[in-house]
Amino acid sequence: MTVEGTRAKARVPLFVAVRLFAAVRRSGALWRCGVTVPPLGWVWQYLSMPDSAANGSASAHGTAPAVELHNISKGFPGVIANRDISMTVERGTIHAIVGENGAGKSTLMKTLYGLHQPDSGTIAVNGTEVEFSSPSDAIEAGIGMVHQHFMLADNLTVLENIILGAEPAKGGVIDSREAARQITELARSLGVEIDVNSPVAELGVGQRQRVEILKVLYRGAKTLILDEPTAVLVPQEVDELFENLRRLVDAGTTVLFISHKLDEVLAVSSRITVIRQGTTVGTVTPAEVTRRQLAEMMVGSDLPQPEPRTSEVLDRVRLEVNNLSVSRPGRRDLVHDVSFAIRSGEILGVAGVEGNGQFELCSALLGREHSSGTVAIDGKDVSHASVRDRKNAGIAYVPFDRQREGLMLTSSLWENNLLGQEEKFSKYGFVNVAAARAACREVISRFGVLTPNEDVPAFALSGGNQQKLVVGRTMSMNPAVLLAAHPTRGIDVGAQAAVWEEIRTARDAGLAVLLVSADLEELLGLSDRVIVMFEGSVVAELSPRDATPELLGSYMTGAKVAAR
Amino acid sequence: MTSKRNVIDTLPRPVVTLLSSLVAVLLALAICGVLLLVTGKDPLAAYRTILETGLTGNKLLEMLKRSTPLMLSASAVAIGFKMNLFNIGVEGQYLFAALIAAEFASRISAPPVLHVLLTLMVASAAGAFWASIAAMLKITRGINEVISTIMLNFISLSVMQWLFDNYMRDDSDGGLRVTTTEIAPSGQVPDIVDGRLNGMWLVALFVVFCYWLIVFRSKFGFRLRSSGLNSTAAQTSGIAANRMIVVAMLLSGAIAGLVAMQSVVGEEYAYGPQATPTGFGFAGIAVALLGRNHPIGIVVAAMLFGFLDSTSAVLQLSGIPNSIVKVIQAVVVITVVIVNEATSRYMNRRTAEQTAAALRTDKVGA
Repeated sequence: MTVEGTRAKARVPLFVAVRLFAAVRRSGALWRCGVTVPPLGWVWQYLSMPDSAANGSASAHGTAPAVELHNISKGFPGVIANRDISMTVERGTIHAIVGENGAGKSTLMKTLYGLHQPDSGTIAVNGTEVEFSSPSDAIEAGIGMVHQHFMLADNLTVLENIILGAEPAKGGVIDSREAARQITELARSLGVEIDVNSPVAELGVGQRQRVEILKVLYRGAKTLILDEPTAVLVPQEVDELFENLRRLVDAGTTVLFISHKLDEVLAVSSRITVIRQGTTVGTVTPAEVTRRQLAEMMVGSDLPQPEPRTSEVLDRVRLEVNNLSVSRPGRRDLVHDVSFAIRSGEILGVAGVEGNGQFELCSALLGREHSSGTVAIDGKDVSHASVRDRKNAGIAYVPFDRQREGLMLTSSLWENNLLGQEEKFSKYGFVNVAAARAACREVISRFGVLTPNEDVPAFALSGGNQQKLVVGRTMSMNPAVLLAAHPTRGIDVGAQAAVWEEIRTARDAGLAVLLVSADLEELLGLSDRVIVMFEGSVVAELSPRDATPELLGSYMTGAKVAAR
Repeated sequence: MTSKRNVIDTLPRPVVTLLSSLVAVLLALAICGVLLLVTGKDPLAAYRTILETGLTGNKLLEMLKRSTPLMLSASAVAIGFKMNLFNIGVEGQYLFAALIAAEFASRISAPPVLHVLLTLMVASAAGAFWASIAAMLKITRGINEVISTIMLNFISLSVMQWLFDNYMRDDSDGGLRVTTTEIAPSGQVPDIVDGRLNGMWLVALFVVFCYWLIVFRSKFGFRLRSSGLNSTAAQTSGIAANRMIVVAMLLSGAIAGLVAMQSVVGEEYAYGPQATPTGFGFAGIAVALLGRNHPIGIVVAAMLFGFLDSTSAVLQLSGIPNSIVKVIQAVVVITVVIVNEATSRYMNRRTAEQTAAALRTDKVGA
């Protein structure tokens, strides 16, 4: 029996003991009894040290790759499974995994993080084959994951969030000073300054992400999985994140970076694995490929070229909004004094970090949310009209969240397509089922919804196909004003181009569009004008010709305020 | 095992649903069998008695008769269920409606059919009125309808007692009668089978049919179901949530108003605190649950409950406590809920798998 073996075995009961003590400690029972707890912390630390460090032989595994996946397959009902995925992630590199939404990136990463088990295939970490039955196994093997949606307790401090669940104990008390020292050290290795005592609630999105990364590092992760880390960041924050990651990698950490933003991937990673329809297409280095080649690997066919196309903006104002505010008692206005007009044939883009009033603006325009100010559609005042009256006046909406705001998941596609159009497809108060079905079939074929037929319940479709149905339904209503919130979120490149084309065609036919998007490329490519929302107010109005992502970013973070 | 899965996999959805309900009932009978064994009774003898007496002609007619109020009550509850509105107040609504309708019918004179129709309309209006209180409380003050309808059940009983004692009781024969004045023959619904099955059974079937037509086929019904499935999406699409709540609650109350009418216009020809049956409001919830809010399911479930009820008197004679019938009904509801959940999970998984499979073969072809 080797030393490592003994230590590994000793870890289990000790782990239980430490957890027990931690629980008792938290309850305060020991304090009341006056019992002193032995300093288990350092024992635990010794036992959880990587074996190599304990041996003092850093080269114990030589240059074995940080992670190797061999022929991983994983099946789920209704979603594209992983099929025969093999890839090798070298230690101390940033390795990107790219693929369209629904290609199976997340499934693969969940397998690697122990959230579920593969149907077949093997995983090796540092050259040794492993089997993860839960994320705690993965953490123990030095794999940590930063989720797209942060999992932080708002009312705890940075320090408390980071040590939560792995508190260093000293005599039964949380050793905050030791924790703060360790965290500061980790932060320095990342190249960031962070005040460990500030509450997480006060931090911005970028800083929160750093706390998440520190949390994972604090638990001893040597391989970091980042799931779409840049989705929530503005361009400046993305640059900072990449700088942090480069430092981490220099210090020997391995980063697995999931994304579908190709420019970022090409800029930051040293190797790129492309996944398409659940399986690996290939692994390349950024030097070998252009952005376009990479995109074609992702899609598996020649790409449609999205070209900016100008159209003739007519003088007729279709949507006019004046001094619109959405207020909450005792809080800052969710939407504050917003005014704009969209003319026939015009697309007005709304840029902004999510949660800066875009959702409430759309809700207010739709009549779903109480607001002050005036809204007029085609010159007709609808400030106090119901949702249905506004719809009849010509407003239509592609929702932020298709499942919550747009679909009845257990109902058939034709019933989902009927939602909001039941007036049109009814006679004498009864639904004309045949006509409703035919209308749905038309949407399915026009928007390329992948489904066997219109009787399938909506939950059986992939997210992208659900989105296509929702967009198709909205466009088939022939609206005068379209509120499009992330119309191409989560759909594949080919369908994205089709949706853009539909919006443009409708725009050319005189539609007025309010386009909310987190994808700055989409926003700048489609819009005739762009406004930026920050904390509920419109802080800038730009022409897409003048707006660079950097400039937009500084408005979006409130760093810069333009006089309108 | 695999071959069995494959057989089930190929069955159409309605057959799977039917099978699962059957399994639920058999499961309930098994559980109750164990209960009987524990209490020292012979379950097989009990079940044989139930079947032997229940399957005779007279008892089958009694089953149909007993199913009448259950079908109505279950439809009333199911309309609410379809939009996530829990009308626990059917009990109070139908009793209130029975009193008002009986009093109304005894005071008017009209030609035969019209007399009955007017009476039923008044009953519906009274039920809808009582339900509208809960609806108004919900949309103006945001009060949960579960709480308000339960409370309104008690208020209904008190209001009725006051109305009955002070204004509506027939004291023509010196206070011996404890009912309202008897309804004239023109306002009485004749029996289909003399003394066994009343014409109100056909009315109940017609109401269930209307329930199907309105909820599953009409524009309004589509809006109702959409609101129940995803209220946010329904509102976003332009369906006014408050209006749906009011209309659904009124409809539910209107159907609830008819629950006791078999007794009022078909048997007793009056309302009386002792003469008019109680408890159907809650039995209706069980029947709606068992019938999965589907019209055919409701009819079948109401007949099952009617069947069990019709045998309870005979069981008593054979030395088996007739409360076993109530136990079976209760256990059936529980097993049905469990089996339903399992079935719908299975069906959802199957649908997802089959859709994915269909798409895969499509792709290969393309």
